[in-house]
Amino acid sequence: MSVIRLENAPSIIGYAAVVGRRESEGPLSDDFDMHDSKEKFGMDTWEKAESEMQRVALNLALAKAKLTGKELGAIFAGDLMNQCIGSSYAAECSHRPFFGLYGACSTFAEGSVLGSLLVERGVFAKCAVLASSHFCTAERQFRYPLEYGGQRTPTSQRTATAAGAFILSAEGEGPYVREVLPGTIVDMGITDINNMGAAMAPAAYDTLTKYFEETGKKPEDFDLIVTGDLGKEGHGIICDFMKNAGYDMSRVYNDCGLMLYSTQTQDMHAGGSGCGCSAAVMAGHIMKRFEKGSLRDMLYIATGALMSPASLQQGRSIPGIAHLVRISAERSGE
Amino acid sequence: MSLLWDMVKAFLVGGAICAVVQIFIDKTALTPARILVCLVTLGVVLGAIGVYKPFIDFAGCGASVPLTGFGATLAEGVRKAVDERGLIGALTGGLAGSAGGIAAAIFFGYFFALVFRSKPRD
Amino acid sequence: MNVDKQTYKKYVASRAPASPLVKDMFLAFVTGGAICAFAEGLYNFYLFIKIEEETVRTLVPVTIVFLASLSTGLGVFDSLAKFAGAGTLVPITGFSNAVISPALDDKSEGLVMGVGAKMFTISGPVIVYGVISSVIYGVIYWLMGVLL
Repeated sequence: MSVIRLENAPSIIGYAAVVGRRESEGPLSDDFDMHDSKEKFGMDTWEKAESEMQRVALNLALAKAKLTGKELGAIFAGDLMNQCIGSSYAAECSHRPFFGLYGACSTFAEGSVLGSLLVERGVFAKCAVLASSHFCTAERQFRYPLEYGGQRTPTSQRTATAAGAFILSAEGEGPYVREVLPGTIVDMGITDINNMGAAMAPAAYDTLTKYFEETGKKPEDFDLIVTGDLGKEGHGIICDFMKNAGYDMSRVYNDCGLMLYSTQTQDMHAGGSGCGCSAAVMAGHIMKRFEKGSLRDMLYIATGALMSPASLQQGRSIPGIAHLVRISAERSGE
Repeated sequence: MSLLWDMVKAFLVGGAICAVVQIFIDKTALTPARILVCLVTLGVVLGAIGVYKPFIDFAGCGASVPLTGFGATLAEGVRKAVDERGLIGALTGGLAGSAGGIAAAIFFGYFFALVFRSKPRD
Repeated sequence: MNVDKQTYKKYVASRAPASPLVKDMFLAFVTGGAICAFAEGLYNFYLFIKIEEETVRTLVPVTIVFLASLSTGLGVFDSLAKFAGAGTLVPITGFSNAVISPALDDKSEGLVMGVGAKMFTISGPVIVYGVISSVIYGVIYWLMGVLL
């Protein structure tokens, strides 16, 4: 698969990020549109809470774009819950064509790739991209009950309670989705669910090197390169491997999992993870930086660890994936 | 004075068992559920070969409260029941010996599950 | 990536920060020891108020289970266990927490298939393997009695 250039680059005309308590206490707190310190969003179960969080993010993004739900051609959404129920229930009352996606932590980029392609090719005039994760629903599904007493290893990441939304449009003032590179599945044999950074880093390396090789660009051509949520471990691994391949990313590279929480004051081990992590960082922090003009051209590479509780119990290794999206304040040019 | 000494013994022995298990938690990929299963099975084996009883006599709750003690209780219950009732005791003795702890865990677990709500942990 | 899976695995293992073993062991020792010492105190207290020793042997674990369930319900247990590790896992408190925590969580799936069934997702194996090994021991013990 090669890099797809979007000649009539779709514009991100609305965006919103909604988070839970610990995310709102982190370094990016000012960039989020809303948070609920109880993390229940007025609902009685965690699953309903996650849907509500995603629904609120969609409505806030629509409001910012001065649109109503009816004007959306389609919704692309995903989360971590079984059968993607978080997104289905969130999209239920919008009555718009709906595509449920599963890409684990890469979902927001997966949705952005699909959404921007379909908008650019004229299939939809506007569409919404959504992703969410909730610590409590993910913990119940992938790890242990919430009140279960256990220790986390230093390489483990915390599933963020967060949702992010983009509204993509064929017309708009930007920022624009200029290029996309869908990822392929890369599995380097990592089986440890407590070290997902190591499982996903090879996929991010694969996608990034493909992009640089094909376009002839270098990391320093961009203001910022962010990976989805490789966390502390994955961040170190990809820096090592990129350096060996001749790409020095140290000055422009960051990771959403490390940006979301403070590693000093919050006990989050290797950082954040989950679909909502990079979704909220992109739709909150990064978009605010485009607004302020401090960011002109960047690469977003969201990584996903595509295991299930059953595959883990069967001892299978964790397949990783990484989708790349280039977002730029300019619609054309290099 | 003997109470204090009993408590010190329980502290040292119980603490030592926990510290040893901690090595397995940190150094191996064993999940907590597997560790608990290993401990209870080990307790049955140690109880069966007669090692655990003297250990409880020495350390009291330092040996009986860790999950190995739960296993030893199962073994002891089985032995008693086989002595009294023959082969059928192999089936009835274990759970009878540990019935209090299991029933308490189920009852209190159910009761408090109804009363409280789960909260996101830090 | 131009490395094979084995090399990559080794590289990942070599760079991953290890758990602080000495600190973890110390905390496990102190909390686990404290729970056992508390149980021992309780044991002597029950004897002191003239409860029969046979009853006390059951009453002590029952009390500990009660306190562990209560603290789990209050949301305190997991905060303690985060530091204590094996210190709260190995004593009967760990078993008790394993019973109540899924029950508490899965209340949203109803009282029968939620609380009733999920109660044993973590603690079930403990009962299963405990009972199986004790039955095997019972049969061996009986055979030894018959044959010897």
